[in-house]
Amino acid sequence: MGILDSKIPSGPLADKWTKHKNDINLVNPANKRNIDIIVVGTGLAGGAAAATLAELGYNVKTFCYQDSPRRAHSIAAQGGINAAKNYQGDGDSNYRLFYDTIKGGDYRSREANVYRLAEVSGNIIDQCVAQGVPFAREYGGMLDNRSFGGVLVSRTFYAKGQTGQQLLLGAYAAMNRQINRGKIQSFTRHEMMDLVLVDGKARGIIARDLVSGEIERHSAHAVVLATGGYGNVFFLSTNAMGSNVMAAWRAHRKGAFFANPCFTQIHPTCIPVSGEHQSKLTLMSESLRNDGRIWVPKKMEDAVAIREGRLKPTQIAEEDRDYYLERRYPAFGNLVPRDVASRAAKERCDAGFGVNKTGEAVYLDFASAIKRYGKEKALTSGIKNPDEATIIKLGEEVIEAKYGNLFQMYEKIVDENPYKTPMKIYPAVHYTMGGLWVDYNLQTTIPGCYAAGEANFSDHGANRLGASALMQGLADGYFVLPYTIGDYLSSDIRTGKIPTDSKEFEEAEKQVRERMEKLMSGSGIHSVDYYHKKLGKIMWNKCGMARNAKGLEEAIKEISELRKDFWENVKVTGSIESKNQELEKAGRVADFLELGELFAKDALHRNESCGGHFREEYQTEEGEALRDDKNFKYVAAWEYVGEPKDAKLHKEDLVYENIELKTRSYK
Amino acid sequence: MKLYLKIWRQKDASSPGKIVDYTLDGVEGDMSFLEMLDILNEDLIAKGEEPVEFDHDCREGICGTCSLQINGEPHGPDRLVTTCQLHMRKFNDGDTIVIEPFRANAFPVIKDLIVDRSAFDRIQQAGGYISVNTSGNTVDANCIPINKHAADEAMDAATCIGCGACVAACKNASAMLFTSAKVSQFALLPQGRVEAVERVQNMVRQMDLEGFGNCTNTGACEVECPKGISLTNIARMNREYLSASVKG
Repeated sequence: MGILDSKIPSGPLADKWTKHKNDINLVNPANKRNIDIIVVGTGLAGGAAAATLAELGYNVKTFCYQDSPRRAHSIAAQGGINAAKNYQGDGDSNYRLFYDTIKGGDYRSREANVYRLAEVSGNIIDQCVAQGVPFAREYGGMLDNRSFGGVLVSRTFYAKGQTGQQLLLGAYAAMNRQINRGKIQSFTRHEMMDLVLVDGKARGIIARDLVSGEIERHSAHAVVLATGGYGNVFFLSTNAMGSNVMAAWRAHRKGAFFANPCFTQIHPTCIPVSGEHQSKLTLMSESLRNDGRIWVPKKMEDAVAIREGRLKPTQIAEEDRDYYLERRYPAFGNLVPRDVASRAAKERCDAGFGVNKTGEAVYLDFASAIKRYGKEKALTSGIKNPDEATIIKLGEEVIEAKYGNLFQMYEKIVDENPYKTPMKIYPAVHYTMGGLWVDYNLQTTIPGCYAAGEANFSDHGANRLGASALMQGLADGYFVLPYTIGDYLSSDIRTGKIPTDSKEFEEAEKQVRERMEKLMSGSGIHSVDYYHKKLGKIMWNKCGMARNAKGLEEAIKEISELRKDFWENVKVTGSIESKNQELEKAGRVADFLELGELFAKDALHRNESCGGHFREEYQTEEGEALRDDKNFKYVAAWEYVGEPKDAKLHKEDLVYENIELKTRSYK
Repeated sequence: MKLYLKIWRQKDASSPGKIVDYTLDGVEGDMSFLEMLDILNEDLIAKGEEPVEFDHDCREGICGTCSLQINGEPHGPDRLVTTCQLHMRKFNDGDTIVIEPFRANAFPVIKDLIVDRSAFDRIQQAGGYISVNTSGNTVDANCIPINKHAADEAMDAATCIGCGACVAACKNASAMLFTSAKVSQFALLPQGRVEAVERVQNMVRQMDLEGFGNCTNTGACEVECPKGISLTNIARMNREYLSASVKG
């Protein structure tokens, strides 16, 4: 296995985590008070980890670039969180959640990590309810569930269309309790600029106060990176504008391996791009696929007429509509996993059936759900023989209760009423399965540097199932890291406070300053956004939903050239010693320009199609992904050795002892 | 369309600020308000001037980062949206738009349109939580049945995004709507009742310490709130506070 040791505990799958918790070392409460931990990022993973570690007695410092920990991008997750509670009695179990996640990830994730995730999932719901998270309930007072893509049970818990917000505010509240006790020091509007290693161990960070511009040194016995994903390498994504890869990439440059960067999730239901000015894309929750049916016109002339504004979707007869997901995947229908749904949309649009001006949109239609719910509501309301108008009115009320905020959001952005005309949607970059390589303890290849949540690579393989990101973030933060980090820190009880006046800190700070000065000294031809948009176009066109060797080779070359141009000619206004949003952006884009190249290199080397990684050369006759387990059943972990294109590949072979590898089928 | 912008520029917290005029052409209706400012900033950068700094992040109306007082209204003329979801189709060619930061003593300006809202965090830190350990070793989630109406009402209060529009809208710069939303969420749930007395007292004390004004029932906060947080929450907080004072 080389230098990658996943540290998976021995024993039967279902007992591994319990056994591991019993075997690892603990730190006694008095010693915890002498140990400092830095947590970068305050989303679900970081916020939950910070709260729990502080509650255990460690001294925690949290860092976020936002003006409050509550604004981390976990807040934007809409649909829900999975947990194998089996409250619906529909046959759910830890094993089934484990199985669905491995299969959904197209057999590119680690069995032991995923089983642990399923195992602690139920606890997350208990914990959040105890914290006062207002999950949706049934009239009997019990928790309600809904379905998400890629599964055949209802295991998703939700709080309207704002589940991420409510879970994050729960973690934020848990953090606040510890801030009030003085156990967490919260640094807001601070950005991690570099990781500091002392004797090969992560011992602190260099941070920049984004208000004063001051560069600060912070030391600790361990550093947790919970800094989210790198979807903004595409410029346009559903990520927040500030979401970036800087912390993870700085760690990568210091020795943390970066795993599977090409595994990116393109979410099928986003609001289509409207023009060149667009700064971000907005997701329409996957929960909408519970009731919405996806279609395009069957006849080319209808599609053309719609694009030219001569025809309305409501005028197309039922038999002239192609509900292509229901046609191609009868077993899962509109609830196929995200990668499958996205590719199917692209296939129809590429074939010329797209339904907006740019030809890149499909319909998500609620008309039949409105009728179905309307009839049901009429019956339960005691209305006999209701007329069409009554049915539609009642049905719209039901839909509004379920998805009201999403429909409102759509209407505000697009200026069309989705109750009366189908929504237009198209896939967009949403989530990154790849990330820092971690072992079973969530430790990166740098001792003392941990990665949690979307920032690590571990649980979702090549494709993440809906409502599983929230589950993983909270599992890592509340229930995994607090145990595993203690095992590492147990050898640090005699270390004492880490000084920040060492040569390592000095050197790291010097490098950070030089890098910023270099950014400020470009010739000043183009703005930061100019480069970010150019990078985004390369990524979307050549590393997007479908990739091929030729395009990827071009991408590697183009990104490398763009990076050179950036460092020579970028224009950053303002100064280093003050609030400067252009400088913040420039630092982030500089790292995206390196990551993008590694991304393309990873995609080029993986000569197979799996999950979100679709290589055009590797597909079945029906256009489905063609996996190659013989040659690619491994995690690709890249070591930084200089230029991203020279990164060194390390392979962690994936062993499946509890699941039989199959061709993923949702037919 | 062509717009005449009057934007508050301020170098930093200690420098005086002023309104600066800009003219911007080529604005389209499909742009969001912040995308309009992006274009202005690209123009300014090209001219070698410093861009206008403003807070923003998710750009989908949920993180609560964006602010802006637009023509005197927090988050502008549209209802139930944040600035990032306000679209330029709500404006007309030739309009003059005045853009200022949220104004309140408790929200000092950091730069241009960016204000410091950390007072909100400190109110939450004073008691906006349920004191339960995060070990996961609690009771099964369905052991606490909660009436659906109570759960729905708690959810409505919990949707506050902490943007500060309520404070900016209020003639007294009161943070009562913000504080009461969290007090209400927990007051409505059995899990939150246990510490209800201490919570409301601690949060209100911190709110007063931060220098926010009192509520005089004008209701502007409810009108401007992008999430439609109801004034009823303030009434509930007052009741909680009064009963806490009696219980001591």
